[in-house]
Amino acid sequence: MGEGELPGLLVDEIGGKHGILHGHVAFLKKHFYLITMKEFLEDRKRMSKKVQAIYLWWHKPVIDQELLQSLPNLKVIANSGVGMDHLDLKLVASFGVKMANAPRAVSSSTADTGMALLLASARRLVEGYHIAVSSGMEYSEADILGVEVTGATLGIIGMGSIGYKIALRAKAFEMNILYHNRTRRKEQEERAVGATYCEKIDGLLQRADFVMVVVSLTPQTHKLIGKREMELMKPTATLINISRGAVVDQEALVTALQTGVIRAAALDVTYPEPLPRDHTLLKLKNVIITPHLGIKTDKATYMITEEAVENILAALNGLPIPSEVLPS
Amino acid sequence: MEGQDLPYVLIDHIGGKHGVYEDHVEFLEKHFHLITMTEYLENKKFLSNKIRAIYMWYHRPVINEELLQSLPNLKIVASSGVGIDHLDLKLISSYGVKVSNTPFVVSTDTADLGMALMLASSRRLVEGYQIAVSPDTEYFPADWLGAEVSGATLGIVGMGTIGYKVAERAKAFEMKILYHNRNRRNKEEESAVGAIYCKKIDDLLQQSDFVLLSVNLTPQTHKLIGKRELELMKPTATLINTSRGLVVDQDALVEALQNKVIKAAALDVTYPEPLPRDHPLLKMKNVIITPHIGSATKKTRRLMMENMMESIQAGLAGLPIPNEVLL
Repeated sequence: MGEGELPGLLVDEIGGKHGILHGHVAFLKKHFYLITMKEFLEDRKRMSKKVQAIYLWWHKPVIDQELLQSLPNLKVIANSGVGMDHLDLKLVASFGVKMANAPRAVSSSTADTGMALLLASARRLVEGYHIAVSSGMEYSEADILGVEVTGATLGIIGMGSIGYKIALRAKAFEMNILYHNRTRRKEQEERAVGATYCEKIDGLLQRADFVMVVVSLTPQTHKLIGKREMELMKPTATLINISRGAVVDQEALVTALQTGVIRAAALDVTYPEPLPRDHTLLKLKNVIITPHLGIKTDKATYMITEEAVENILAALNGLPIPSEVLPS
Repeated sequence: MEGQDLPYVLIDHIGGKHGVYEDHVEFLEKHFHLITMTEYLENKKFLSNKIRAIYMWYHRPVINEELLQSLPNLKIVASSGVGIDHLDLKLISSYGVKVSNTPFVVSTDTADLGMALMLASSRRLVEGYQIAVSPDTEYFPADWLGAEVSGATLGIVGMGTIGYKVAERAKAFEMKILYHNRNRRNKEEESAVGAIYCKKIDDLLQQSDFVLLSVNLTPQTHKLIGKRELELMKPTATLINTSRGLVVDQDALVEALQNKVIKAAALDVTYPEPLPRDHPLLKMKNVIITPHIGSATKKTRRLMMENMMESIQAGLAGLPIPNEVLL
């Protein structure tokens, strides 16, 4: 198929640090003429008219006024993953460009990450691993005991599709589930997972043994969990963050962990990612940090690309976009 | 009650790696006069007639013929945990001594750890942690991926109390569940977790993405998973062991991992524990090992201690013994 037949899809790069996965290229090329940022910048005159869609992978390429102005035929920007906090939604919309994310593909994989972190932290899996493989660590068994997961209370902050899947999993561990959300879920949905709504976040924080943060990053959720919130938590409680680093006040978290205000934290996300190498969080024994594992499986990443392609094709064909994101 | 009126109970030692916990000692000493092995050996003449029970924590003190012979008034051995493979039940019984363990209280913690190991292995959590904290890390590469747990196939070998609890948890991850057991579970139990019985272990091994071992160690399950079984597994499969190290042919496992016959392993148990410091399993990126922490939560260990105390008290009073292990 020649260049003229398939719509042009702009991507940041293929492979490399943050580029489109090699395994996805063949699928993308079935539907689009792929243009990398490098190719675009080398031949702007010819390429700029060809680009009808942009596929963001790990938030790149960066969408700014300059780029939007230089792509007269851009119809849609498809985001991999569900978070849209890196995009200026109003700016994009002002150019008449539609936006979509990939909520369906991410929910199970991210829920699994949340549960993996909860279990690893509760049972001190990383510390245990180091003891098991170290060349000669003296330890006292009483000092490496963990806390129970079965029967404990889980507080889910943000009960969207990911939060709900976490509740489904936690229920099988006989956990008592509390949740806090902008809007309350239907009674049927609550009953299916045995979840109790906490209109005020304080009630959830005071009762939970595990606090799982699963919100979108918005101006309202920025530093949602700060000194005040951590002091409301039990000293035996664990904070798990799988949303965005900026939802938690990181400095306050360091203090809380060092002074025993909370027991432990497990963070799949930080601000920035990665953290500076001398950051205190990297050194605390009661912290597990993972490199934004959220959707990092072969299956989930492929499903994200499939979902993005579905959204792009719908937009290009003037059809309703399955996962359209409108500027609030 | 004065110290001398309390029954004398032998323990191995207090504190350190596998000794009885200090806070447990405080509680136990309200009911028993605890004697450590060191104290016993220093004063055998006086103490051997006094000791009526042994409180076995983490498989110590070792019960052998010599010890049994020197404790004429020994009535009961209470062993922590559910496994009893470290006890010569026939020998102990021949001295008229009863045995108890702590089977049920460990089940949920062990099932939880099985799930923790499966998730950690599949999503490469330990490797990920190392990347996240390494002084050399400059960025998180996009093409560094793990494998999905949700929707995958889990094969449970040994569907006792612990195995069944694993199935209940795995079901919530929309996993397809296969199981192999000496006896088939009833229809209600199977359908409650959506588990499919595999009469032949081969069928389970060939179809599973995760193989989780949850059996007792017996002569029949010794080296249950060997070269043949590992070769039947998918090359993309992970072996998880929360039962006993000897259920797996460890040398065959090392070879299978080195030759990519299977993808990864996550082991809470090995043989011996701990492994020698130069053992190949300790260096493999695709192996997670934890130091036998299946039941290692504060609450469960406390419950274990209380159960053992109750068993000893019943044994000494000539009453039916809770959690008695019969031959």
